[in-house]
Amino acid sequence: MATLFGVPLQALSGQLLLGLINGSFYAILSLGLAVIFGLLNIINFAHGAQYMMGAFVAWMLLNYAGVGYWPALLIAPVFVGLSGVLLERVLIARLYKLDHLYGLLLTFGVALIVQGLFRNHFGASGLPYAIPAELSGGHRLPFMFLPTYRGWVVVASLAVCLATWLAIEKTKLGAYLRAATENPALVQAFGVNVPLLLTLTYGFGVALAGFAGVLAAPVLSVNPNMGADIIIVVFAVVVIGGMGSILGAIVTGFGLGVVEGLVKVFYPEGSATVIFVIMALVLLVKPAGLFGRTA
Amino acid sequence: MISKARLLAGAAMLGLAAQDAPAAAQVSGDTIKIGLITDMSGMYADADGSGGAEAVRMAIEDFGGEVAGNKIEFVVADHQNKADIGAARVREWIDRDGVDMVIAGPNSSVGLAVAKIAADKKKPFIAIGSTSSRLTNEECTPFTIHYAYDTVSLSKGTGAAVVADGGKSWFFLTADYVFGASIEKDTRAVIAAKGGTVAGSIKHPLGASDFSSFLLQAQGSGADVLALANAGADTINAIKAADEFGVGQSMKLVAMNMYLTDVHALGLQVAKGLYMTDGWYWDLNDETRAWGKKFFDRTNKMPTLLQVADYSAVRTYLEAVKATGADDGETIVARMKATPVNDVFVKDGVIRPDGRMVHDMYLMQVKTPEESKYPWDYYKLVKVIPGEDAATSKAESRCTLWTNATQ
Repeated sequence: MATLFGVPLQALSGQLLLGLINGSFYAILSLGLAVIFGLLNIINFAHGAQYMMGAFVAWMLLNYAGVGYWPALLIAPVFVGLSGVLLERVLIARLYKLDHLYGLLLTFGVALIVQGLFRNHFGASGLPYAIPAELSGGHRLPFMFLPTYRGWVVVASLAVCLATWLAIEKTKLGAYLRAATENPALVQAFGVNVPLLLTLTYGFGVALAGFAGVLAAPVLSVNPNMGADIIIVVFAVVVIGGMGSILGAIVTGFGLGVVEGLVKVFYPEGSATVIFVIMALVLLVKPAGLFGRTA
Repeated sequence: MISKARLLAGAAMLGLAAQDAPAAAQVSGDTIKIGLITDMSGMYADADGSGGAEAVRMAIEDFGGEVAGNKIEFVVADHQNKADIGAARVREWIDRDGVDMVIAGPNSSVGLAVAKIAADKKKPFIAIGSTSSRLTNEECTPFTIHYAYDTVSLSKGTGAAVVADGGKSWFFLTADYVFGASIEKDTRAVIAAKGGTVAGSIKHPLGASDFSSFLLQAQGSGADVLALANAGADTINAIKAADEFGVGQSMKLVAMNMYLTDVHALGLQVAKGLYMTDGWYWDLNDETRAWGKKFFDRTNKMPTLLQVADYSAVRTYLEAVKATGADDGETIVARMKATPVNDVFVKDGVIRPDGRMVHDMYLMQVKTPEESKYPWDYYKLVKVIPGEDAATSKAESRCTLWTNATQ
């Protein structure tokens, strides 16, 4: 059997695929962060908590209201997005004129509060959420056993990422958004309701996090710390991709998932740190990130 | 000036008097202060956490809030699974707040750090959730009592049972910190002694959320048994992913350290059939059921091994204070080591010279959803493992406190 550095190529292809699956979560989450940062200039530290909320809303819908996975995939992001709209209107909107740091501190505080509330109510060890019947089971590929659900995660997140990118880069609404980022006063003078645009953008970014949460619920433990565990990595992904770059966030998300997957084979102990090593290297060589424009 | 000098001299005399007076109460500060340092918010918070604190309060209430005429105070702190935070807090407790006894929940890194401080300050330290066998082996101290269980008892119970059941070739998925290393090492020893082999092992970062990659490598090893040398959320995530990737079809999954709350979080559909070693279960007999119910009424959860052991350890400690009327570490630990423990947690538990409490362990299997008849009905008792068989023997021990002792 062909090998690469002593690892059979078959096993390696399996690991690449798994990396892509993990990368899907990074991609959706970092996409939401990039959208919010790009348009609002807010470093949304509550993103992990909002991802966790998505998973919990799905769990609550199932256990309190009997609403299954498929409707939850739509309803939960809407719920989480609305909570984001509320947060933006009540608190974040007051910070646009201040330094980035204030937005970071505010959203970080909100994240801690939300995580604490969920922990108090649901405990820390997590709740079970079953894989929907249509997606249980799996396929035996030549190199590995691929659970159907994991395949679905890649497809769903690719579709969502693509749709978001198209909406921002290719539609009129997206053009307004981009214009509002460049010069809000001028866009407002043309009769566009810029504050509303910003609110909806934040709500959308947060809804993306909620969507990732629902996707994650059946495969990861639904627990209050799930967001805190992943958010730091996702921030690193955004920094590597270039703060505010939509395409950069998507490509880097999938790419780093794959890199992490490879490290899990060759040096598992390092899998938790490899992304940060890459971040440091990228910042040294290209401070604006791989896809970022230098200001 | 003279008056000032007199005042100082007087104060010094007072100090001397207080030290020497033989009839004065031997409890310092007229309070007995107990500190619980545990994971209140992280991946082990459900296994101990606020439930553990509640169990300590239950023990204090059993004594009516005072012992030998001294008020009992209780403080609890979150170590956030960081040894430096845990150590700093315990140092503060002992130096500044007058804490008389420290009890520790999960995380062996914290447990080992705190054990050194407690020994330095000559305060009793009762390790409950810190599982590493190093606590009473190469790093034993005269003040450490390892009360609930350790990595040796887990590996001797589960390891021996699984090898006997035909699981000859093992693969380890190990949390990359002191607990994971301890349990892997102790289990390897058991496997070798029983004639099994180890095909390989992977160290994963603590709190890794995705296990699919590690599982795929484990599957590729061709071993019969996949041993999860981790705990809490790591075990839960690993088992969930193993279920999804069908690892159970080619390998037998063994969780080396699992708590009742983990099974609750996984659900029986996923956890069914798992073998595990536990030191206690709420549904063993009428006494355990009664206590479990009492705990449930206060916390809405059935107690884990750690929580009942928190309760029992504080009771045992308070009994020692009551019997001796003292609170100094040497007297209390000597008394605790000389007195067998008999309560809802253990029967005839003996604290050995190395500090390890020896008591029966239970090999359990998780029930299937069909077998489970009522809420929290999760385990079948497979076998009682006598305490002596579940602990490090004197011949194996590297604790000089014990190996150099005459008894």
